[in-house]
Amino acid sequence: MQFGIFSVSDITTDPTTGRTPTENERIKNIVTIAKHAEDVGLDVFALGEHHNEPFFSSSPTTTLGYIAAQTDKLLLSTATTLITTNDPVKIAEDFAMLQHLADGRVDLMLGRGNTGPVYPWFGKDIRAGIPLAIENYALLHKLWREHVVDWKGRYRTPLQSFTSTPRPLDGVPPFVWHGSIRSPEIAEQAAYYGDGFFANHIFWPASHTQRMVSLYRERFAHYGHGDPDQAIVGLGGQVFMRRNSQDAVREFRPYFDNAPVYGHGPSLEEFTAETPLTVGSPQQVIDRTLGFREYVGDYQRQLFLVDHAGLPLKTVLEQLDVLGEEVVPVLRKEFAALKPAHVPEAPTHASLVAASASDPATSSAGNLSASSAEVSA
Amino acid sequence: MKHRNLVVISAGLSQPSSTRLLADQLSAAAAAAAGDLGIVLDTRVVELRDLAHEITNHLLTGFPAGALRDAQDAVAAADAVIAVSPVFSASYSGLFKSFFDVLDKDALAGKPVLLGATAGTARHSLALDHALRPLFTYFRATVVPTAVFAAADDWGGDSADGDLRTRIERAAAELAREIDHREPVTPADPFALTSSFEDLLNSNS
Repeated sequence: MQFGIFSVSDITTDPTTGRTPTENERIKNIVTIAKHAEDVGLDVFALGEHHNEPFFSSSPTTTLGYIAAQTDKLLLSTATTLITTNDPVKIAEDFAMLQHLADGRVDLMLGRGNTGPVYPWFGKDIRAGIPLAIENYALLHKLWREHVVDWKGRYRTPLQSFTSTPRPLDGVPPFVWHGSIRSPEIAEQAAYYGDGFFANHIFWPASHTQRMVSLYRERFAHYGHGDPDQAIVGLGGQVFMRRNSQDAVREFRPYFDNAPVYGHGPSLEEFTAETPLTVGSPQQVIDRTLGFREYVGDYQRQLFLVDHAGLPLKTVLEQLDVLGEEVVPVLRKEFAALKPAHVPEAPTHASLVAASASDPATSSAGNLSASSAEVSA
Repeated sequence: MKHRNLVVISAGLSQPSSTRLLADQLSAAAAAAAGDLGIVLDTRVVELRDLAHEITNHLLTGFPAGALRDAQDAVAAADAVIAVSPVFSASYSGLFKSFFDVLDKDALAGKPVLLGATAGTARHSLALDHALRPLFTYFRATVVPTAVFAAADDWGGDSADGDLRTRIERAAAELAREIDHREPVTPADPFALTSSFEDLLNSNS
């Protein structure tokens, strides 16, 4: 099982000091955070994409490329890459490029984005969010798997004899996760291609996650990629830890009360009960996280949000220390002991290369969808 | 005898409240009128005062917690709804509107709805037709023709257009007839997949 962190890249005033980091500080800090994630033994660092203040991360592959150069093992991902407003050709190029530079330590999570004005800023319409996600990914999927692509769709200019360069490293595209909070069509899309499904999980009741993951697993089997429990599932989580749980609650409360998204709304206690947020001791985080498995089944990737709401860098690095030293080693062991042998690990570049070498039919999902994309085009 | 579900939404703030009093009278009259048509109404009352914090939380977080989630599910599963608000500043109360602001836009589609409002004087009575009725038109509800307004003096004697009791019974009978015409409601599952991926792909071409 893979463990890591994901960042939404918000620039938020620290409510305890009134200080707001500059963009430059926050950007440099995120690099420090990612490098520290590797140092403490985490597997994955994923970065969001936004095109509006107060977020800095408009250009994730630039940031991830810079981090790749300063890390050795860390798997670099996104949370999420906007499949609606980005040109799928540019996504294909950017991530193949990153794959080469990072020696394959790359995958990506696709999402639609929920900020209304971003769509028109990029010449799109939020009401077409689902059709955009479907068409753009069908093209992205094809660009990474077919050398020369002819394409005609509704949302971008047609392509004649186009080759996306560089080609994916070793001829193997980066693994794709599809992220969605409550759109069954996206769970269906992930299932159709045999890709991963990532449930954001945080900020929302567990019942949403349970329903979406269960739909994805059922449809994954329907499309012939394996049994439902062999589908590739990732979950978000949100934690704040101190050795003594009262200290964690006391320190985190002002950040919670003033946070973007949920601040000035429910109490910390109510939000903890309703969503996966866990504020307390490392043991409480371990217990809560193991409990996720009870409603989504054995899953492959757990990402924690630890750097938002204005938390200072020092605190974030301390959170990573606790995750790396006390929480993740126990979770690795416990999850591994519970996982049946037929449940796969999350695909990595190495495992995908091995699979494509040993069995050309592994890409049957790719062939299936390629032919359907042609029908649609 | 057939069974149907009625949800009564009351936005009264004081306890006891005249809004709740009107809601209860409408509810009792609806049960009696439905009974005359061979329908047993299972009634649930939703007091928005009890949900005020959760309604605000939903506005801020985007999801309903605990009791609000139950209330929303009950409304979606209801065969009919009675909705009663006090008139505040010439319209429904903010709490009443907020409850409907966080309700799924399809939750009331085609559903029989009886509207009621209370205020100090009859000068506010058009709030029913100028504020509440358009709101439920947005939800594509079937609002029965008679909406019942109760001013403070209605709780005493007669008023010009007949006494309050007569209006309540007329409205309740209209609601019962709408319930009688309909099949029981099966609420839609928001997580249900309504089209296969091939359909989604092909609909793009």
